[in-house]
Amino acid sequence: MATLPQLGEPIHKPLTDLEIRLEANRCLYCYDAPCMRACPTHIDVASFIGKIATGNLKGSARVILEANPMGASCARVCPTEELCEGACVYEKDDTPIRIGDLQRYAIDHVMKSGIDLFEPGKPTGKRVAIVGGGPAGLSAARDLRLFGHAVTIFEAHDELNGLNTYGIVPFRLAYDVALWEAQQVVNLGVDVKTKTRVGVDVSFDSLLKDFDAMVVACGMGNVPKLGIPGENLPGVWDALDFIERAKLGKSVANLGKHVAVIGAGNTAIDALTCSKRLGAERVTMYYRRGEEQMTAYEFEYEFAKQEGIEFRFFCAPTKIVGETHVAAVEFVRTEIPKGAAKPAPIPVPGSAFVEKVDTVIRAIGQSRLNDVFKAAGIETDGGVVKVDDELRTTRKGVWAAGDCIFAKGMREAMVVEAAEQGKVAARSVSAFLGVSR
Amino acid sequence: MADLSNNLAGIRSPNPFWLASAPPTNSGYQVMRAFEAGWGGAVWKTLGDPIVNVTSRFAALNWKQNRVIGLNNIELITDRPLDENLKEIRECKKAYPDRAIIGSLMEVPVREKWHELVKAVQDAGVDGFELNFGCPHGMSERGMGSAVGQQPDLIEMVTSYAVEAAELPVIVKLTPNITDIRHCARAAARGGAAAVSMINTINSLIGVDLETWNPIPHVDGKSSHGGYCGPAVKPIALNMVNECARDAEVPIPISGIGGISNWQDAVEFFLLGATNVQVCTAVMHHGFSIVEDMIDGLNNYLDARGMKSASELIGAAQNRVTTWENLNLNYKIVAEIDQETCIHCSKCYIACEDAAHQCIDRNVVDGTAILVVDADHCVGCNLCMMVCPVEDCITMAEIDTGLPPESWKQRSATLVS
Ligand SMILES: Cc1cc2nc3c(=O)[nH]c(=O)nc-3n(C[C@H](O)[C@H](O)[C@H](O)COP(=O)(O)OP(=O)(O)OC[C@H]3O[C@@H](n4cnc5c(N)ncnc54)[C@H](O)[C@@H]3O)c2cc1C
Ligand SMILES: Cc1cc2nc3c(=O)[nH]c(=O)nc-3n(C[C@H](O)[C@H](O)[C@H](O)COP(=O)(O)O)c2cc1C
Ligand code: SF4
Repeated sequence: MATLPQLGEPIHKPLTDLEIRLEANRCLYCYDAPCMRACPTHIDVASFIGKIATGNLKGSARVILEANPMGASCARVCPTEELCEGACVYEKDDTPIRIGDLQRYAIDHVMKSGIDLFEPGKPTGKRVAIVGGGPAGLSAARDLRLFGHAVTIFEAHDELNGLNTYGIVPFRLAYDVALWEAQQVVNLGVDVKTKTRVGVDVSFDSLLKDFDAMVVACGMGNVPKLGIPGENLPGVWDALDFIERAKLGKSVANLGKHVAVIGAGNTAIDALTCSKRLGAERVTMYYRRGEEQMTAYEFEYEFAKQEGIEFRFFCAPTKIVGETHVAAVEFVRTEIPKGAAKPAPIPVPGSAFVEKVDTVIRAIGQSRLNDVFKAAGIETDGGVVKVDDELRTTRKGVWAAGDCIFAKGMREAMVVEAAEQGKVAARSVSAFLGVSR
Repeated sequence: MADLSNNLAGIRSPNPFWLASAPPTNSGYQVMRAFEAGWGGAVWKTLGDPIVNVTSRFAALNWKQNRVIGLNNIELITDRPLDENLKEIRECKKAYPDRAIIGSLMEVPVREKWHELVKAVQDAGVDGFELNFGCPHGMSERGMGSAVGQQPDLIEMVTSYAVEAAELPVIVKLTPNITDIRHCARAAARGGAAAVSMINTINSLIGVDLETWNPIPHVDGKSSHGGYCGPAVKPIALNMVNECARDAEVPIPISGIGGISNWQDAVEFFLLGATNVQVCTAVMHHGFSIVEDMIDGLNNYLDARGMKSASELIGAAQNRVTTWENLNLNYKIVAEIDQETCIHCSKCYIACEDAAHQCIDRNVVDGTAILVVDADHCVGCNLCMMVCPVEDCITMAEIDTGLPPESWKQRSATLVS
């Protein structure tokens, strides 16, 4: 594999053996540990750290991956401050156990030594189709193989692992780690059809005839348009396309001196830091609300500040200006009316201003794949696939997991949630097919 | 998956991990939970005439951040009626027929009393007995426990009382509070024991409260010596197990006890001669679930070494321990410091400078201490490697002296002749 750009120093470096030993021995191995409860996949954290302390790295990795097939990417991309480490009993003293780094150490061991940890279950003769080979689809595939069902993943892209492969910046999660993780699932005997977009290259109905059940795990779509003039000018990017090209080492042309990123979630942070590391002189985030309303995690915001990003709050773009390429963006100041329940920002009259900008990246969330759901014949609620607590959709024999069922709420979408949902769907599918554990 | 099944003098269990007779085996409820968690066997909390306990009972030696590296207790044997214990033993055996349940017994040195106790416990369906000749506090003042275990003739006599009535293997549990444990183990073997287990707890006192001057632990301001166990006692236990394993007059298997907390500790006991191991303190610290990693870790260890069965480990390194006079005087190693992984803490330097042979050179370059061993003067004592906080940063390299192996025994023989 050609080496792909890492875009500078990784955010997290692996701990040294010494740090690992100190950290593993510092763990209290709490009973019914809060970290385990805080992990969406309920990894038995005390057990895997205890095994690191006894030098049983293989056993440690098994404990992690049994609970979370996406343990390798999660060790790198999980917002652990919000999850396990945030729940650690040492958190009160600001010295939580570095659970993510310990997890990475155990998984890196199997990655380096090539140990196989799992075996497929006894063949059941049942066949399951998975639409989308991202974290949710892979997680479902892994557990369905452990149950013994035959699994085929249909994936629109060239490679598996969805946003882990294409969407998460390389200095957070390297391309080859994402592919290794997917390969572990494939090694269990999963049939993979890449470059196959279900609904276009093959229909849902035909798949449902050929397979006994289906899990829809297609994630979300591209970043929606801003809906302002000038959006089709060269130099205007969808954040996901932008990050993908940067991660794959493809040209993103000349970013120029000043990059403007519209939006304030974690995707915006990734686009911002990515631009900076690609060499843009000034990189500025523009957000129509205030600092408190940012959906990016606190530590992401901190990280962006350290990388030298500038922030402009309470301003919304109204027009992108340029002849043959972006040259400037017109903004208007915004304010949030006092007393509004769910405060929607409104423009302040006469407050327009212009910023000289060479590149615009929109990062205002992801669109919903409504066409896909329609073709699949499953109901949605505001673009979010409707599911019950076993993740069954409204169509018999069809389950859904991952970002496609993510309803905007307190949190941002996460790999670890997708992984857990894949497991839940697999368990329910398997029970439907008559095999329970 | 390697074969972890265990056979100690005919007592079979699915794995070599037993709970020692102690608080974790106080009741049927606990033993059931332990078996559920995966323990291969349990030696019931010592049965005998129920006693009255005091509060408090335990105290710990903590070391820096590490809690309970040693545990001291002044608890006595079971404080529950024999009938109740026997009923629960029956229930546990019924629920987990594949696990070993051992009745731990203590009684005054009177033949009839021992016969009576052995028969009653035998009827409950145990797989064997363990005679508690080890409890070093309280019971010993009443002529039991280590009062028996400290006199080889009493060990032999009381063992034979139990063996006379027992139709099952009898294990004798030995006290470490003696000068040479082999004499005690030999006496047990002569008395008819099928196996010995060691060690029980070591006489100890944890400390004194600097504010109140109360001893720790204290009972209404006073204390008595207690029994010491936990990680701190492992080296003592390992040595005693090994001494007995190598002794021709102790031709019976050994159940190793003392400071075992994980599979690695257990493997060391097996290699030095134990057939299985028993655990108390580690469970008191972390609960029964630790056995999961003991089993998993042992299994992965055996698999990685291509070994089929845990029993292949038993005694596999026991004869690498010998008497000092047999060690090779011409073997030479010197310390080497890996400059890549060195964190420049200078711990090795000051240890060697003040307490060994002044052979680590320390040069401060741009504020960083560069540490290099003077191999010509290094005596290979290991001290620097021991104090280095970085695993494998200081290693001991073998130096070819060009001389044939020669022990002190051989050298002194040539000197005399
Ligand atoms: C920029 C960015 C950064 C992020 N950073 C983090 C982070 O640091 N930590 C974290 O926990 N989460 C992060 N996330 C969120 C995380 O990536 C997602 O929650 C997770 O990938 C969801 O997994 P999924 O399998 O549901 O969807 P996806 O990863 O989107 O995978 C869906 C897959 O389905 C395929 N597909 C779609 N339609 C079809 C079809 N019709 N037929 C066949 N295949 C199809 C797609 O090609 C894709 O491979 C980030 C997201 C983004 C966008
Ligand atoms: C509180 C306590 C009570 C004990 N009671 C008994 C007992 O009743 N019978 C016995 O044979 N050993 C008893 N022991 C000793 C243990 O069985 C064991 O030999 C010792 O603790 C060493 O093992 P460890 O280091 O794993 O704890 C007791 C130990 C402790 C800590
Ligand atoms: S452990 Fe604590 S709560 Fe339990 S009996 Fe002992 S002193 Fe009481």
